[in-house]
Amino acid sequence: MASPQFSSFYPDFLVQRIWERCIKCKRCVKECSYGVHVWDEKKKTLLANDSKCVGCHRCEAMCPTKALVISRHPSDFREHALWTPWHIKNIYKQADQGGVLLTSTGCAQPYKNYFDHLVLDACQVTNPPIDPLREPMELRTFIGPKPESLEIERVNGKFRLKKKLPPLIQLEVPIMFAAMSYGAISLHVHQGLARAARDLGTLYNTGEGGLHASLYEYGSNTIVQCASGRFGLHVDYLNAGVAIEIKIGQGAKPGIGGHLPGEKVTEEISKTRMIPVGSDALSPAPHHDIYSIEDLRGLIFALKEATEYKKLVFVKISAVHNVAAIASGIVRAGADAVVIDGLKGGTGAAPVMFRDYIGIPIELAISAVDKRLREEGIRHRASIIASGGIRNSADVVKAIALGADAVYIGTAALIAVGCTMCQRCYTGKCPWGIATNNPELIKRLPPDVAYEKIYNLVKGWALEIKEMLGAMGINSIESLKGNRDKLRAVGLTEKEMEILEAKHAGE
Amino acid sequence: MWLLNEKIKEMSGCGIAGIINVKGELVPGDLIIKSICCQYERGNGLGAGFAAYGIYPEHKDYYALHVMAQDKSALEKVEEILAHKTFVNYKEPIPTKKVKTIKNAPLFIRYFVKPKFDEGYQMVCGEDEEDNYIVSLVMDINEKVEGAYVISSGKNMGVFKGVGFPDEIAEFFRIDEYKAFIWTAHNRFPTNTPGWWGGAHPFTILDWSIVHNGEISSYGTNKRYLELFGYKCTLLTDTEVVAYLLDLLIRRHGLPLQLACKALAPPFWMEIDEMEEEERELYTAIRVVYGSAVLNGPFAILFAYNGGLVGLNDRVKLRPLVCAKKGDFYYMASEEAAIRTICPDPEKVWAPKAGEPVIVELEKGVIPNQRSYIEGRPKEVEEDALRIKCQYIPLQSS
Amino acid sequence: MPFELNASIYHYSQVNNLIREAIAKGEKELILTGVNGHRYLFAGVSAEVRAKIYGTPGLDLGCFMRGPRLEVFGNVQDGAGNTMDEGKIVVHGMGGDVIGYAMRGGKIHIYGDVGYRVGIHMKSYQDKVPVIIIGGKAGDFLGEYMAGGVIILLGMNTIYPERPIAGIYLGTGMHGGKIYVRGKVKESYLGLGLKPYPLDADDEKELERLLKEYCDDFQMDLSEVLKEDFLKIIPYTHRPYGKIYAY
Repeated sequence: MASPQFSSFYPDFLVQRIWERCIKCKRCVKECSYGVHVWDEKKKTLLANDSKCVGCHRCEAMCPTKALVISRHPSDFREHALWTPWHIKNIYKQADQGGVLLTSTGCAQPYKNYFDHLVLDACQVTNPPIDPLREPMELRTFIGPKPESLEIERVNGKFRLKKKLPPLIQLEVPIMFAAMSYGAISLHVHQGLARAARDLGTLYNTGEGGLHASLYEYGSNTIVQCASGRFGLHVDYLNAGVAIEIKIGQGAKPGIGGHLPGEKVTEEISKTRMIPVGSDALSPAPHHDIYSIEDLRGLIFALKEATEYKKLVFVKISAVHNVAAIASGIVRAGADAVVIDGLKGGTGAAPVMFRDYIGIPIELAISAVDKRLREEGIRHRASIIASGGIRNSADVVKAIALGADAVYIGTAALIAVGCTMCQRCYTGKCPWGIATNNPELIKRLPPDVAYEKIYNLVKGWALEIKEMLGAMGINSIESLKGNRDKLRAVGLTEKEMEILEAKHAGE
Repeated sequence: MWLLNEKIKEMSGCGIAGIINVKGELVPGDLIIKSICCQYERGNGLGAGFAAYGIYPEHKDYYALHVMAQDKSALEKVEEILAHKTFVNYKEPIPTKKVKTIKNAPLFIRYFVKPKFDEGYQMVCGEDEEDNYIVSLVMDINEKVEGAYVISSGKNMGVFKGVGFPDEIAEFFRIDEYKAFIWTAHNRFPTNTPGWWGGAHPFTILDWSIVHNGEISSYGTNKRYLELFGYKCTLLTDTEVVAYLLDLLIRRHGLPLQLACKALAPPFWMEIDEMEEEERELYTAIRVVYGSAVLNGPFAILFAYNGGLVGLNDRVKLRPLVCAKKGDFYYMASEEAAIRTICPDPEKVWAPKAGEPVIVELEKGVIPNQRSYIEGRPKEVEEDALRIKCQYIPLQSS
Repeated sequence: MPFELNASIYHYSQVNNLIREAIAKGEKELILTGVNGHRYLFAGVSAEVRAKIYGTPGLDLGCFMRGPRLEVFGNVQDGAGNTMDEGKIVVHGMGGDVIGYAMRGGKIHIYGDVGYRVGIHMKSYQDKVPVIIIGGKAGDFLGEYMAGGVIILLGMNTIYPERPIAGIYLGTGMHGGKIYVRGKVKESYLGLGLKPYPLDADDEKELERLLKEYCDDFQMDLSEVLKEDFLKIIPYTHRPYGKIYAY
C-alpha cells in the first residue's frame, strides 16, 4: 500500500468561486499552470483542486468577471507558537519525499528589518529644503576605483588633468538591476531589464546563465556575471558588457552555488548554458579556482588581462558574519566594486534552511563594511553596492546613507512585472511568464510590457529619491553617501545603533 | 562708539565681513569692527569673532597658538604637552578688557612655538612636515585635553572669538589695538548648536581661517571623509569641516585654489556635460574624487591665509555675498551696507556668481612667510600617501 | 515742503516709526538720507506717498507695502518689494537677491543688474498685475514659480559683460504670467515646460507701454531699447507636473 502523503492533506490555499459571477469561460483552466482548475465535461462545471494551488493569483487576476477568490485555507491547526503550520507542513513534506526543502525568493522569516527602524531627516528653518521639480537635484553616481587625489597641470593658461582617471561606470540613478540568471527568469524579462537599464542610464546583470545573443546590443548597460559554474562564459561574453561580476555567493543561499532545476532547462537554456536539456544546472559551491583570498586576486587579474583592463571587475558576496574583513580582503585583491547581498536577497531556487537562516541583514553589513574600509583607509579603492531586500526608494536612501554607493534591486523588479511572491519559481511553472522558460508561458509577458513596467518603477523611485534628498537640503547624492547624521534609529538597541553608527531619534 | 542705539534682537542669520590690503599694509581693527557691527541684525549675541593677519611681526616665524582653556588645570595640561612637543619661544595671556555683559570668559593664552623634532629628523624637515606636525598637535590637544582648545595655530596671525555681540567681543579682546593686512569677522546666530566660546567663528587650522554664514547639510559626510586623513572635528559646529577641507585639498593635496573651491561648490552635471572635452574630464574627475568634500546646503564663506582672502558662495547662491574694491583694498561682506559703512565710495561693487570664488591674493613678496595657492602645488602622489600619522617623533630614542 | 529724515543716526525701527508718524500727520513727500543697511523700510505702509531714499537700503525694502512710491539713489540689498501689494520702487542702481518675492501688484524698476531668485511666485488677478523691469542681467531662477505678472529683462545696463543675460532654471515652475527677454536666451536654460515665443501685436503694445514708463524713470531712449527683438516666455501647460504622481 502506498504510504499516505501527509503534505497533500492540508492545502495552503482555498480556491473560492463566486458562482453568480462565473460565466464558465474556462479562462482559469487555461491560465493555471499548476493544474488546479479542471473542466468537468460530464457535469459541465468547473472544479478546483485546492491542494495544487500555490497562491499565485493568476486565475483571479485573469478572470473576466472577478469570480475567483484565492485565500489562505481557513482550516486551522490549533495555535502553537513554536510548531506553526509552516513548520508542521515542512516536516510532512520531508517525511513524504525525503529531501531538501526547496523554495524561492528571499528570506521569509520576520527578522527585524533595520530599514523600518531608521527614519530620515528633513530641513526646517535652519536650512532650506530643496524642491527637486524646479531646482537642480543630482543623482549621478560613478562606480569604480577612485584615486585619493588628483594631479593637475596648467597648459596654455588652463588647468587640466595630468593623469586621467581610471575607467569608471557612470550611472544616472544609483539603482541597478541585480543578477537574475537567464533560466531562472525568462528571456523576455531579461530583454525588459536590458532596455530599461539603457533608457534609465544604469546597468542590469546577466546572472550566471550566460548572455542571450539578442542582448549583446545592450552591452554598454550590462554587467556579465562569472559564477562558479562558468555557464556561457567565453571571451566575447566577457567583453560584451562594461563590467564583470565574480559571484562568490548570494544572500539567499550563502555558501552554495546557483541552482536551476531541470524542469526549467529548455532547448534555449541548454544552448546558452551548454548543458543537456532537462538536467539540473547546479553550480559548485566555491569557484574551484578560489580556495583562499589570494586566489581571488588571481581570478580578478585573469579576467582583467583577458579583457585588456577595459572592464571593471565586481565581486559579489553574501553578507556573512565576517563580511567586513572579507570585503577588506576583496578590495585589497583588486576588485573595483564589492557587491554585498544581504540575508533577504531573493533567488530562483534555494533550500529553505539556507534562505531563511543563513546570512546577515544588509543594513548591518553595509555599515560594518563601510566603517572597516574607512578605518583601513581603502574606502575609495572600490564602490560598495548594497543588495537584498530593497523594497522602495526610502530603503535606497537609507542604504546610501549607511555607506553604499549604489543598490541592486531584484525582487522589486520582478514584482514590477507581475510577480505575486508565491515562491514557486523553482517549479518552472510561473504562470506570469516571469520565472519560467516554457514557450507558452513566456508569451504572457511580452518584452515591451516588461520594459515599460520596470522603467516606470525605477523612474518613480528616482523622483522619490530626489524629493527625499531635497527635503534633507541636499542637492547632490555625493553628500548623502555615508552621512549617518541624516538617519535616526527608532526602537533599536545600543549595539545595533553602534553598528549602524546612527543616533537614536530625539538625540 | 560705533553702536546703534538700541539692541533689538530679530530673527536673522549670521553675518560675515572681510578686508584685505593687497600691498600688505597694516590696517587698524576699528574698520572691521564697524563693518561687522553694521550687520548687527545678523547675529543674536551668541557668538562673534575676528581673524587678523600680520599682528605678530616680532614673532613672525613662530606658530602663534591661541589657547582657550576653561580653567587653570586644563591650561596646565596643554602647557605640559607644549613643553614636550614644541619649543615655546614666548608666551603671554591675550590682553583682554573687562566688559560688563561678558561673564565667565575662559582663559586665553598665546604661545609662540616651533615643532620639536628628534635631532636627526630636524635636518630634513621642511615646511610641510612642520605644518603637519602642528596640525597633529592641535588635533591632539582639542581631542584629548578636557576643557581646552587651540583656536588658532598660524604664523603671524590670530583669532579672537567668543560668546557675545561683535562690539562686545571687539572690546573684550581690544581689537582696535591691532593692525592687520587681512581682517575677517563674524556675527553669529547659531542654528544647531548652543552658543559656546569654541563654537564662534572664525574656525582655523594653521593659517587658514574661515567665517561662514549658512548651514552645511553634508556635515556628516564631510566629517567622515576628513577623519580618513587625521582631522578630528571636536568643536561641535559644522563650519569646522570647511577649515580642514581647505587644508587638505589646497595645502596637502596641492589643488590650485580655484579648483579646490570648485570641489567644494562644483558645477552641475548639466553644465559639465556641455563643456569641452578637457574641461569636462577635469571637472568630472574633481567631482568623482572629491565627492565627499562637496559642501551641501546654503553658504557664504570668507576664508583667509597668509597670502590672500577668498569669498565663495554655494552653487545656487542661497546666502548673500557682496564684494567691493577701492585702490589697494578689497572688501567682502554679507551686506553692501557693511562695506559702505567703512568705504562709502568704492570704485567697484559686485555680487559674485553662485559657486564662483572671488580670489584676492597679496602682491608678491609683501609679507613674511607668504603663501600663494593660485597655481597649486603639483606633487608626486602615492596611493594612501599624505596620511597624517598621529604619533610624534620621540625626543630621544628611549 | 518734503519731510526730511537723516536715517544714519537711527535704528531701522525708529526710522519706520518716524515715517509712519509723518504720514499720519499728512506728509505726502519724504526724503531719507544716510540710509545704510536699514531694513524693512516702509514695511506694510498703506498710503499714497512718495519718498526719495539716498543710500543703501537693507533687507526687505517696501515689504508688504500698499501704495508708496519709492525712488532709491543707490543699490538695494536683498528682498526689496517682498510680497508688495501696490506701489512702485525705482532703483537707480543694482538689486540684490529675492526681489519682488510673492509680489501681488505694483511695479519695481531697477536700472542695473539683479541677483538670484528674482520675481519668485508673482501673482496677478484680472487687472492687478505686478511688473518687474530689470535694466541689466539676472541670476539663476528668475521668475521661479511665477503664477502671474510680467517680468522684463533687458540686459543693457550691466557690469558683467561676460555673463549670460539670465542664469539657469529661468522661469522654472512657471504656471502663469509672462517673461520678456531682450535678445536671445539658451533654451536649455529654461525651466521644464517652457518655450520662448516671438511677440504678437498685443505683447508689443504691452511691452511698449511698460517700457515707456521705465525709460522715463531713468531717462533712457525707448527707441534704443526697442531696437532689439524680444522673446516671450510663457508656460505651455498650466500643469507641468501633473503626470508625476501615481494614485
